[in-house]
Amino acid sequence: MLAFLLRRLVSLIVTVWLASIVVFAVLQLVPGDPALLMLGIDAQPDTLAALRSQMGLDRPILTRYLHWAGGLAHGDLGVSLTYARPVADLVAERLAVTLPLSLLSLVLSTALALPLGLLAAARRGRGGDWAVLGFAQLGVSMPSFWIAILLILLFSLTLHWFPAGGFPGWSAGIGPALHALLLPALALAVPEAAILARVTRTAVLDTLGEDHIRTARAKGVGRRTVLLRHALPNALIPVATVLGLQISFLVAGAVVVENVFTLPGLGRLLYQAIGQRDLIVVQGVVVLLALFVVLVNALVDIACALADPRPKGGES
Amino acid sequence: MPTAKPRVTLAAFAAALALAAASQAALAQPRTDLVVGMALEPPHLDPTAGAAGAIKEVTYANLFEPLLRVDADGKLVPGLAERWSVSEDGLTYRFTLRPNAKFHDGTAADSADVKFTLDRARAAESVNAQKAYFAPIATVETPDPQTAVVTLSRPDGLFLFHMASGDAAIVAPESAATNKQKPVGTGPFKFDRWAAGDRVVLVRNPDYDGAKPKIDRVTFRFISDPAAQVAALKAGDIDAFTLFSTYEALPEFRNDPTFTVMVGSTEGETLLSTNNARKPFDDVRVRRAMAHAIDRQTLIEGVLYGNGVAIGSHFPPHREGYVDLTGLYPYDPARAKALLAEAGYPNGFDTTLRLPPPPYARRGGELVAAMLAEVGIRAKIEPVEWAAWLEKTFKGKDYDLTMIAHTEPLDIDIYARPDYYFNYKSERFNALNEELNRTQDAGRRNALYGEQQKVLAEDAVNGFLFMLPSVTVQKAGLTGMWVNRPVQANDVTGVSWK
Repeated sequence: MLAFLLRRLVSLIVTVWLASIVVFAVLQLVPGDPALLMLGIDAQPDTLAALRSQMGLDRPILTRYLHWAGGLAHGDLGVSLTYARPVADLVAERLAVTLPLSLLSLVLSTALALPLGLLAAARRGRGGDWAVLGFAQLGVSMPSFWIAILLILLFSLTLHWFPAGGFPGWSAGIGPALHALLLPALALAVPEAAILARVTRTAVLDTLGEDHIRTARAKGVGRRTVLLRHALPNALIPVATVLGLQISFLVAGAVVVENVFTLPGLGRLLYQAIGQRDLIVVQGVVVLLALFVVLVNALVDIACALADPRPKGGES
Repeated sequence: MPTAKPRVTLAAFAAALALAAASQAALAQPRTDLVVGMALEPPHLDPTAGAAGAIKEVTYANLFEPLLRVDADGKLVPGLAERWSVSEDGLTYRFTLRPNAKFHDGTAADSADVKFTLDRARAAESVNAQKAYFAPIATVETPDPQTAVVTLSRPDGLFLFHMASGDAAIVAPESAATNKQKPVGTGPFKFDRWAAGDRVVLVRNPDYDGAKPKIDRVTFRFISDPAAQVAALKAGDIDAFTLFSTYEALPEFRNDPTFTVMVGSTEGETLLSTNNARKPFDDVRVRRAMAHAIDRQTLIEGVLYGNGVAIGSHFPPHREGYVDLTGLYPYDPARAKALLAEAGYPNGFDTTLRLPPPPYARRGGELVAAMLAEVGIRAKIEPVEWAAWLEKTFKGKDYDLTMIAHTEPLDIDIYARPDYYFNYKSERFNALNEELNRTQDAGRRNALYGEQQKVLAEDAVNGFLFMLPSVTVQKAGLTGMWVNRPVQANDVTGVSWK
C-alpha cells in the first residue's frame, strides 16, 4: 500500500509540473498583449511599456517561468494582471461558489441516477427500463444552458420561487446562498444524472449476471435484497469512477451555466482571464485544476482499491 | 370581564388602524435604492489606470469627479471646478475649485490634489490609458488651495473636453495607490463594497458639498449572458439595464407597461474599417464602390432591429457640427460594379473581413459580407477575440477589412494620427486638424468639423455605417437615467423613483 501511495505521489508531482510548463509555454505562443487589452487603443506606446514593465512582462521568458514556478512551490500563485489582486484570493473566492455548487450538483445527480439505474436494471426490457432509457437520452441531448434557461423561465419568471440568477454571498446566510445555488445545481445535475443512470444500469445488469447472485437467489434471498445488498455495492466501482470524472468537469467546466445564472465561479474566472490575457490567473488556475483532477483520480483509485476485497494481480 | 372587553377591543382596533396606516405610508414612500445591471464587470475601479468602459460606468460622476463634467446632453458643466477661464492665446487655463470639496476619507480636495492628478497622469511611468490628453500640459501651478493654473505648451481645442473625461478624475495622493480596489473620490456616492464577479455597491456620501442625490444606495450588478439579462429584468431583480444589446427582446419590453425602453445614442461610430495602404483598397474607386454596395437601413434593421441611426462620416448626428453625408454614396449595386470595373476588377476580388467578438460586429459582418458579395467582392469572414484583434489588426495593421465601433467621443482626429491602423493620410485633413487645435470659438470649430467630415466621406476612408445605440430598459417608475451616452459613464446622481 505504501509503495502504491508513493508512486501516486511522484506521478502527481510530475503531472502538475508538466502541466505548468505546458500552460506557460502555450500562453507565450498565443497572440495578445495584456497591456494593450487593459489600456485600450488610445494608449501611448510609452504607457504600454510602463504597464508591461510594472507587470513584469519585459523580463526574459525563462526568468519569468522560474520566478512563477518557484512561487508555485511555496503556494504563491502570483498577482493577477487585470485585477491586481493575489490569484490565490481570487481562486478562494470563486471556489466558495464552485465547490458547493459542484457538490450539490453531484448529490442531486446521484440521488436521481442511482434509483433510476436500479429501477431500469430491475425492470429490464419492460416499461420502467424504457422510461429510464428515454430520460437518459433526453437528459444527455439537452445542453445544460438550455435546461438552465428553462428552469429560470419556470421557477423564476413564472412561479417566482427562485431568483433569476446571482449569488448573494455566504455572508447573507446559508439559506439564501443555497437557494441561489439550487437551480444551477439542477441544471448541471440533469445531464450528469442521465449518464450516471445508464452507467448504473449497465453495471448492475453486469453484476446481476454473476454467479454469486444466482446463488443468493437459489438460496431464496428476496429480489429487492439481492438488488440492494449484493448487486449495487459491486456496481458502485464503475459508478465511482464516472463520478470522479464528473467532479473534475464540474469544477471548471460549469462556465456556461455559471454565465446563465451569473455566478462568480471558477469556470467564469478562467474564461474571462483567457479573454483578457491575464496570463498569471490562467496559469495559476490551470495548474490548480491539474492538481485537483490528479488528486480526485488518485482518491477514486484508492477508494476502489480499498473497497474491492479481491486480491490484486490480474486486472486493476 | 364585561368592562375589560371594550377597552381591549378598542386598543386592538386602534393598533390595527395604526398598523394599517403605517404600512400604507410605507407603501406610499418611494424607494431610495437602485439596482442597475451592466454587461461587463470592471477589472478594477480606478478610471485613471485602465481603458475598460465599465470602470467609468461605475465611477464617473458617481464616485469620482474630474475638474469638469459632461452632462446628459453632452455639455461641459462644473465638476470639482466650479468655474474656469481660458487665456486669449489658449495656453493658460485657470480653474477655481469648490471651496468645501472633500475626499471620501475626509481629506480636503484642493489644488494640490489637482496638481498631483495631472502630474501623475503625464509622468513617465504613468499607466493612464489616455495619456495623450495630458501631453500638452507644460506646468500646473497652485497659487492657493482653491485655484489651479494649468499652462499648455501648445494650444489644444479639446483640452477642456479631455479634462472632463473619466481618465482625468481627480484623485488624492493619500489614496491613489489603492483606488483600484478601494476607490476614494469626491463624488456624491462613496464606495461600500465589491463582491467580485457579482456586484459593486455605492452608498450616498453624507458629506458631499453639492446637490445630494435622491438615491441613497446604488448596486451595479454584472450580468453578461443576454438571456440572464432579460430574465433579471423580468424577474424584477434589477431596476434598469444600461447599454442593453439584446435588441430582439425589445418588443416584449415595449409591450409591457411596467417597463420603459429608452433608445439614445452612444459616441460609437460603427465602421467597416479599411486598410487604405493595401491593394485594392488603396484605390478610392474601390472604396467608393464598397460604400455604394452597402445598404445602411437594411444593416440597421438586421443588426440593431431598427434601433440605430445611419452615419456618412466619422461624426455623430446628435452633435453640433454634424453634416449629413449619408446621401453621398446611395445604395446602388450597379454603380458599385461599374466603379469596380473601372478600377480594374470587373469580376470583383477576394478578401477577408475580420470580426471582433461583439454581436454588432459578428451579425453586422455577415450582412456586410453578403452585400459586398452582391457586387463581386467575396469577403471571407474571420472571427477573432479581442486580444487577437488588438494584436494583429490594430497594432500590426495586418488586415483587409474589419468591423468595429470607435467609442471615444470627438475622436475624428484619429484620421490625422500617423500610423493609425487605417493607414490613411490626407494633407488637407491634417491642416484642418491643426487649425482646430488653435481654435476656441465654437462656431468656427463646428465649421471645421464639418469640413473634416466632408474630406473623410469624399475619400471614402472607411465604410461609415451607423451609431451604436444606447438602449436602456428600466422599470416604469424610474426617472433620471441618461438617454444618450455622450461620454463613457453611467451617471446616476439625478435618478429617482416617481
